[in-house]
Amino acid sequence: MRRNPTLRMLGVLLLLSLPVLLAGCSSALMDPKGQIGEEQRTLILTAFGLMQIVVIPVIVMTLLFAWRYRRSNKDATYSPDWSHSNKIEAVVWFIPCVIILFLAVLTWYTSHSLDPHKAIAPDEDQHEPMEIQAISLDWKWLFVYPEQGIATVNEVAFPVDTPVRFRVTSGSVMNSFFIPRLGSQIYAMAGMDNDVHLVADDTGTYPGRSTNYSGAGFSGMTFDAHVGTQDEFEAWVEDVKTSPDSLGYPEEYYELVTPSVHDDVQYFSNVAPSLYEQVVKSFHAGGNHAEYMETYVDASVRETLGHGGGHGDGHGSDHGEGHGDDSESHNDSESHGESMSAEAAE
Amino acid sequence: MFGKLSFDAIPLHDPIIMVVAMGIAIGGAVVVGALTYFKKWKWLWTEWLTSVDHKKLGIMYFLVALVMLVRGFADAIMMRTQLAMAAGGAEGYLPPSHYDQIFTAHGVIMIFFVAMPMVIGLMNLVVPLQIGARDVAFPFLNNLSFWLFVAGVALVNVSLLLGEFAKTGWLAYAPLSGIEYSPGVGVDYWIWALQISGIGTTLTGINFFVTILKMRTKGMKLFRMPIFTWTSLCANILIIASFPILTATIALLTLDRYFGFHFFTNDFGGNMMMYVNLIWAWGHPEVYILILPAFGVFSEVIATFARKRLFGYTTMVWATAAITLLSFIVWLHHFFTMGAGANVNAFFGIATMIIAIPTGVKIFNWLFTMYRGRLQFTSPVLWTLGFIITFTLGGMTGVMLSVPAANFVLHNSLFVIAHFHNVIIGGVVFGMLAGLTYWFPKAFGFKLDEKWGKRSFWFWIVGFYVAFMPLYVLSFFGAVRRMQSYENGDWQPLMIIAWFGAVLILIGIACTVIQFLVSIRDRKKNADVTGDPWDGRTLEWSTSSPAPFYNFAHEPEVNDIDDFWNKKQANGGKPPRSKPPYQDIHMPKDTWEGPLIGLFATVFGFALVWHIWWLAIVGGLATFAVFMARVFRDDVDYYVPAAEVERIEREHQQRVEMQA
Repeated sequence: MRRNPTLRMLGVLLLLSLPVLLAGCSSALMDPKGQIGEEQRTLILTAFGLMQIVVIPVIVMTLLFAWRYRRSNKDATYSPDWSHSNKIEAVVWFIPCVIILFLAVLTWYTSHSLDPHKAIAPDEDQHEPMEIQAISLDWKWLFVYPEQGIATVNEVAFPVDTPVRFRVTSGSVMNSFFIPRLGSQIYAMAGMDNDVHLVADDTGTYPGRSTNYSGAGFSGMTFDAHVGTQDEFEAWVEDVKTSPDSLGYPEEYYELVTPSVHDDVQYFSNVAPSLYEQVVKSFHAGGNHAEYMETYVDASVRETLGHGGGHGDGHGSDHGEGHGDDSESHNDSESHGESMSAEAAE
Repeated sequence: MFGKLSFDAIPLHDPIIMVVAMGIAIGGAVVVGALTYFKKWKWLWTEWLTSVDHKKLGIMYFLVALVMLVRGFADAIMMRTQLAMAAGGAEGYLPPSHYDQIFTAHGVIMIFFVAMPMVIGLMNLVVPLQIGARDVAFPFLNNLSFWLFVAGVALVNVSLLLGEFAKTGWLAYAPLSGIEYSPGVGVDYWIWALQISGIGTTLTGINFFVTILKMRTKGMKLFRMPIFTWTSLCANILIIASFPILTATIALLTLDRYFGFHFFTNDFGGNMMMYVNLIWAWGHPEVYILILPAFGVFSEVIATFARKRLFGYTTMVWATAAITLLSFIVWLHHFFTMGAGANVNAFFGIATMIIAIPTGVKIFNWLFTMYRGRLQFTSPVLWTLGFIITFTLGGMTGVMLSVPAANFVLHNSLFVIAHFHNVIIGGVVFGMLAGLTYWFPKAFGFKLDEKWGKRSFWFWIVGFYVAFMPLYVLSFFGAVRRMQSYENGDWQPLMIIAWFGAVLILIGIACTVIQFLVSIRDRKKNADVTGDPWDGRTLEWSTSSPAPFYNFAHEPEVNDIDDFWNKKQANGGKPPRSKPPYQDIHMPKDTWEGPLIGLFATVFGFALVWHIWWLAIVGGLATFAVFMARVFRDDVDYYVPAAEVERIEREHQQRVEMQA
């Protein structure tokens, strides 16, 4: 148990950490595809680098002092009553203060420059900004395009080099809207009209998801963000417009509000005017959310989905209601690939 | 008659739970059987359960905490196993309904029922001894606090077998924790377990605050107190200031859930961000309640084993005080992504990183305590060295998270998970295990086995890095916390490495268990006869091990920091002995009311969880009645005759001489 096993363990650690470090370089946050994400990468690396001024000396000193002043080393100076030095005190206060001062200035500056609410002014080679509205539901994302008059579920598309203002709210519990390769996330909260401004510099498909735990279907609350050229985007819009489905309010919308998991992509060629605003308002004083929920949504579905057979089946009163009935938990049972309750059934 | 409770509440269909339940039933039967067979019930009741002796309460806190550590760790390894399996569309072996309870239970148990009782247990064991007191200011309250904590533990464990636990995450964010989105009993278990044990914690805070301020021995000025006592004082100030916020917040959530109020609901004027603000206004000070006493432990350990005065004592105190104050103005950094304005975010970001300054200073002070010392590599020292390195890295990632614009991509990701395990395992767990090893002889009269202690350390620290470094990396790929499964199969190798790290930690925990068994077996060989096994510096080492129930035969007098060390130096390296004449010692009597209130509070909480209103009324009234009985009881104290003190002291000194 002395040195050899320890060294061996350190060796194993090092070996394990190498691929880990190499892999990190191509990750979403270290290889961003938009201006906001790029600035955030720089910020993370700057903060990390700055702190090495303290972190590395501390680690080195810990190992060095511990070894040098080990009990068996009688050559080392031993000053049992030495416990104060103005010089050392000054240095150990001064260095962290300077680093934090620098970081504080950086924090102040970037909190403003990277404020998610701040609109991105387009460059000459960028297009005019557009708006997309994102509504988090149990457990899927609804995207509304107010200018195009269309809506989609679990898929969003926009042209490259176009600043996008995502307005974000929730039709249910709190979620957080995040496309890692593009940068900032923002909370989606019922009754609140939040927003985040993002832009993509490269075409491609970027995964997005909710980062804030929202219940049983949370893991599947993912979507793809397709970033194409202006033409590709327009073709996509046309494609959505060929869908036979339309999204009215409240009836069709509340059908969508009904909890479901792992939803497939859906297109709506038509969407009720100012649907997003109506969803936000439905939670305010005089709003109709509670009434519509009662009219259109079978509340027991949530419990059915929540209970995939785990130790949650307990409460007497609602036990059994709708249990095992998968089809009603989905808005569109044919197109749905998976059903959590079916899979998790005992 | 039984509210929402019925036979359906028992999860018979879940083999995992049934096996665990059977294990608990068999284990319980063995314990009950053994107590009956060896006729130990009366001993258990009079010596332990009703005891107001702060040392015994400290031991009981630790015992419960270690049991709950096993439960909390079982949750951890189940989660890691699930995530090692559930890649690329696979669902793993835990459906969301079970997985979501597990990560909630893991967080709640580890913070409230492992870390907190370890910290409070250590304060109980050590603080009165360090300040030369014979007990805490309010001995009955101390016993009551413990039993309210046990009531919380009981409710959390009952939820395993009857019904469910919350599926909301450990802080039960609204509106998910509201009745509309969590209609089951899980959140109610969460509410009553935390509410009841939280009141116990508040009482502990008041108790130790008063104890430290009012019960210090002669000459023990504030700036002569050992650092562990200082950090405990600050932690208790934080408890007094922050736990009422938790109590009030949970009470508001209770009104929402039980009476249809709308404090935190989506509609009718409720505001979920109000909940998030309030819960973190408690939650952030809470992490300092845990870490400050750990800082205190490291300060004691490093000075003792370097055989050197702590470097920069005054700075340590002011740094601790600064952290205490700052911890109240940083809570918003837990939710920058709420979308507050840039000025608000910048303020809280900068306030957060300012905490790094006094913390950094503390780290340098520990380093300069080792400098020109004579450091002995005992297992407490290994924990301390492991802490300094690990905590520095955790502090660094914490500062990265505190920059709002960086937080916008790191928030809710596995980066956050890796960060706080980095500081909680590297800080609180290492600190408590160091403290446990360091003060164990004071509690039991023999030292813990060093070989197994060191093994435990190496498995813990290597396991920690293997388990959590991959999570930092995964966060850069967009992996988030609380996922039950993930589509991206590329994440799986890192998840498997993390699982392996958890297995190493499991071996570390097993080493600790073996360490206890081996140490008990070898207790004669490792006996601490003198009461000062480490050549200590502070008052707790001046009395015998285990300390007599009255702690000190004479009230000690202190002239300096590290007074006991100075007296030993002046006495040729030998501790001064207590001499007759002795005096009668005023001591508190044991209490049957504490355990009874704990029992009735459990019944009360359980009844409210299941809406069994008559039982809630019975439990509530019984709790109140026992409390009133205590209030009107007069014979709460007695005197230990001087002759008895003399006998105990003489026996101790004879043992010391025999060994010499």
